[in-house]
Amino acid sequence: MDQQVTARSLVEVSHCQQAYPKDANNELIVLDDVNVSLHEGEIVGLLGRSGSGKSTLLRIIAGLLRPTKGEVSWQGKPVRGPVRGIAMVFQSFALFPWLSVQENVELGLEAQGIARAERESRAEEAIDLIGLGGYDGAYPKELSGGMRQRVGLARALVTHPDLLLMDEPFSALDVLTAETLRTDLIDLWSERKLPVKSILIVTHNIEEAVLMCDRILVFASDPGRVAHEMVVPFAHPRNRLDPAFRQMVDDIYAVMTRRKTPADLRAAAAVPATGFATPLHPIGTNLMSGLMETLAAPPYDGVADLPALAAVLQYEADELLPLGETLQLLHFAELEEGDIRLTEQGQKFVHADTDERKKIFAAAVRTHVKLVAAIRQVIDERWNHRASAVRFRDELEDHMSPERAEETLRTAISWGRYAELYSFDEEAQQFSLEDIEED
Amino acid sequence: MTSIAPPALVHGRRLPNAWDVAAILLVFAVLIGIASVARGTLAPLSSVQSTAIHLNPAYLPGYALRTTLRMFAALFASLTFTFTVATLAAKNRRAAIIIIPILDILQSVPILGFLSFTVLFFLHLFPGQELGAELAAVFAIFTSQAWNMAFSFYQSLTTEPADLDEACRSFGLSPWQRFWRLDVPFAVPGLVWNTMLSMSGGWFFVVASEAITVGNTTFTLPGIGSYVAVALRRSDLLAIFYAVLAMLVVILLYDQLLFRPLVAWSGKFRFETVQTASDTEPWVLKLLRRTFLLREIGSWLGDRVAVIGRLRLGRAERTFKSLERGKTSSRLGDAVFYAVVIAGAGYALWQVVSFCSAHLHWGDLLTCVELASFTLARVIAALVISCVIWVPIGVWVGLRPKATKIVQPVAQFLAAFPANLLFPVVVAGIIAFNLLPNIWLTPLMVLGTQWYILFNVVAGASALPGDLKEVAANFGLHGWLWWRRLVIPGILPYFVTGALTATGAAWNASIVAEVASWGKTTLVAQGLGAYIAQATTVGNTSKIVLGVAVMSVFVLTFNRLIWRPLYAYASRRTNLG
Repeated sequence: MDQQVTARSLVEVSHCQQAYPKDANNELIVLDDVNVSLHEGEIVGLLGRSGSGKSTLLRIIAGLLRPTKGEVSWQGKPVRGPVRGIAMVFQSFALFPWLSVQENVELGLEAQGIARAERESRAEEAIDLIGLGGYDGAYPKELSGGMRQRVGLARALVTHPDLLLMDEPFSALDVLTAETLRTDLIDLWSERKLPVKSILIVTHNIEEAVLMCDRILVFASDPGRVAHEMVVPFAHPRNRLDPAFRQMVDDIYAVMTRRKTPADLRAAAAVPATGFATPLHPIGTNLMSGLMETLAAPPYDGVADLPALAAVLQYEADELLPLGETLQLLHFAELEEGDIRLTEQGQKFVHADTDERKKIFAAAVRTHVKLVAAIRQVIDERWNHRASAVRFRDELEDHMSPERAEETLRTAISWGRYAELYSFDEEAQQFSLEDIEED
Repeated sequence: MTSIAPPALVHGRRLPNAWDVAAILLVFAVLIGIASVARGTLAPLSSVQSTAIHLNPAYLPGYALRTTLRMFAALFASLTFTFTVATLAAKNRRAAIIIIPILDILQSVPILGFLSFTVLFFLHLFPGQELGAELAAVFAIFTSQAWNMAFSFYQSLTTEPADLDEACRSFGLSPWQRFWRLDVPFAVPGLVWNTMLSMSGGWFFVVASEAITVGNTTFTLPGIGSYVAVALRRSDLLAIFYAVLAMLVVILLYDQLLFRPLVAWSGKFRFETVQTASDTEPWVLKLLRRTFLLREIGSWLGDRVAVIGRLRLGRAERTFKSLERGKTSSRLGDAVFYAVVIAGAGYALWQVVSFCSAHLHWGDLLTCVELASFTLARVIAALVISCVIWVPIGVWVGLRPKATKIVQPVAQFLAAFPANLLFPVVVAGIIAFNLLPNIWLTPLMVLGTQWYILFNVVAGASALPGDLKEVAANFGLHGWLWWRRLVIPGILPYFVTGALTATGAAWNASIVAEVASWGKTTLVAQGLGAYIAQATTVGNTSKIVLGVAVMSVFVLTFNRLIWRPLYAYASRRTNLG
């Protein structure tokens, strides 16, 4: 664990690509040309939006998933399956509900065939280290979320792994619990009490990354790739209110909003054939109105700094960015360099009453969301004014994963309904003009 | 009590595909094969000595014990079948393609019709010994239990949470360790519930399988079922009363010592993140958990058993789980597999066709379909009547927690009680009052199965969300509107579950319910059940095969056209989000 001497390389990921086969000659690329190396003695953060492929990369490193292309090596040897020496902590904790805390912690040791006495003493040690003493006999369902993740942590540490992989370990916890766990972990790390050489954390929380990591790899989506790498120069323990800390968070916001736009343009240019295969974020209309109203009101008066706004609204970048992008798509707001600015259309929407809002929204959706416009057009062209959702879903699936396609279609349904452009029959999976009044 | 959807409903397909056809062919070819073997051996076997059954009630405890032992032997066989076959289906894509449709078909085959063949088949395997008959009885019970248990286990294996799977793989658990640490525990709640339902249904079969008459020969095994059969021949109402009493005691013990503790214990394995307020602990479980000595013995035993589960048998999966499944499984392997299945199905088709053309005419099929329609009408009528009676009662009970606590165990207890023990009483009544058998034998079909409707409706009504009940009261919903807007949609999934179980069992019961005898008098109701029963009595193989096949098709069609869509609709509509 002497990081000063030599930073020996633990993991080398070179030119990794991960693609899911869609049909005979089409595939969906989740990760593209990813190069990452991890060294002893560092905490590295993989920061990115949900769906950017960072969890996939984590599973590739753990040997749980085979990359479609590229090589991963562990301590110089190629990875061909689950690696002993790498332990994982899961977002959902992944505890076995029928095993007690002690039995859960012993799981990895059992797998290695370690004798009972040693198993028990090592488990006891890990349980005490992580602050779970006295809970040995408890079952996971008796524990709070924070305690459960401590079990997950102890279970990983008890095997004395060289590398600890953490997949959004604190995102299922409430704010205060997450903070306690983070500081406990960092304290143990700083005091060199953790039996690990390096930690890799996947997160979508910018502040968490800056708080914990020595190095941050910012991921871009569609396809997922490392867009930016930055070193965090601060010593532990770090202060969130330190201006340098804030500046770094701001910078990362700027990177994440800036990098998106050209990628979007490229993505849009890549699929001119149908035009409507742009993925939509599942953002509800209430949320949009809420954000626009907040932006229009003081103290923002139309412009807000994204990190500051996120802090006030208790949102994470992961939640706020799609919302901002959706407003940008509808030309209600503009994103630039970590700021969000309400447009004239947006102002008009805020000051309108319910019916007018629907009209403004309908106009914006029909002009700027090709999918919604296409659905309405098909309905209009049909003699019975009905259209099946299946064809739209199929067409979307040609350009994105089935989950994304479903999400996009759901969003188009919900926006179209709010705009009173069409109605949708869930049972029949059909769009129609029933109950829609024509002006 | 948690309601777990029966496997027949969850398995989603409605339209039969090529695999279903292959499965049907294979199942019936095997049945025909068994029948052919059995038929050839009828003559020499008539020399087998049947055990004499004494009607003295002093013999009953011994008989009851024998009956119970048969049940447990079958349970053991079913569990073994479940752990092996369902695991094979879940871990092997190719195996699943053919195993799953076969299980689905077998669930719907009224195996009671084949009882005589299985008896003869096993007697043939062990000529001149009682063991053959014993195995046949155990096999009959096995066939009534195994399929839905295997199905439930398969479903659990294929719906394991991804994160636990990843945890197992990243910690390098061996397949054996994984089986006992993840696969089995995750499946326990569903498996225990299905096992208990199977056991409940099994009492019916054990009673039916202890005394089998084929042609002129009756094979009897010492047990409650054969005791009743003898009492029936001798028109001894008192003996039947004793038998019912003995059965009540047995079921009560089974219910208290096994069913309740096991189901409560399985709650530990329920995959949930929040701790739910548990039902009251059954007294047996309380005894085991709270008594110092018993607890120590229990944990000592548990430790010994757990050691077996920890053995690192088999190599840990140190390979990737590939995303592209299609690529890793070899094309050649696929080709060989499909060729074998097609050849098997082709051979089965040839067997079925040659059997049918040798022994059957189109007229027979017509007769069977006509008779099946009578039985269908009878099943529907019985079902409707029991719904009209039990749904309102079930809802009334379910809305009152105190009443639920009393009624729910009683209904489950009654569902386990083998209704065929009560048939003689009803038959004696029909004869005494000179009633029409075509109408009055009908209730026998749902005598034992109506309880499934009751306890599922009770479960549904007691699970109605409190806030919805309050809204209904707040807005003054009453009368038909209250039923239509609140109760019926709320209990529908539960009701379908109960009704499916009840109808499936009713079809099976028709084989013993449409022909009933009391002393020298025999009552016959027109229907497919009577057709199969009479064909069995005269030992007409081809008619039995045809009758069972037609009945299977009716049951399958009924399930796929009515229950599955209804269940899918109900669970889609009554789930928020």
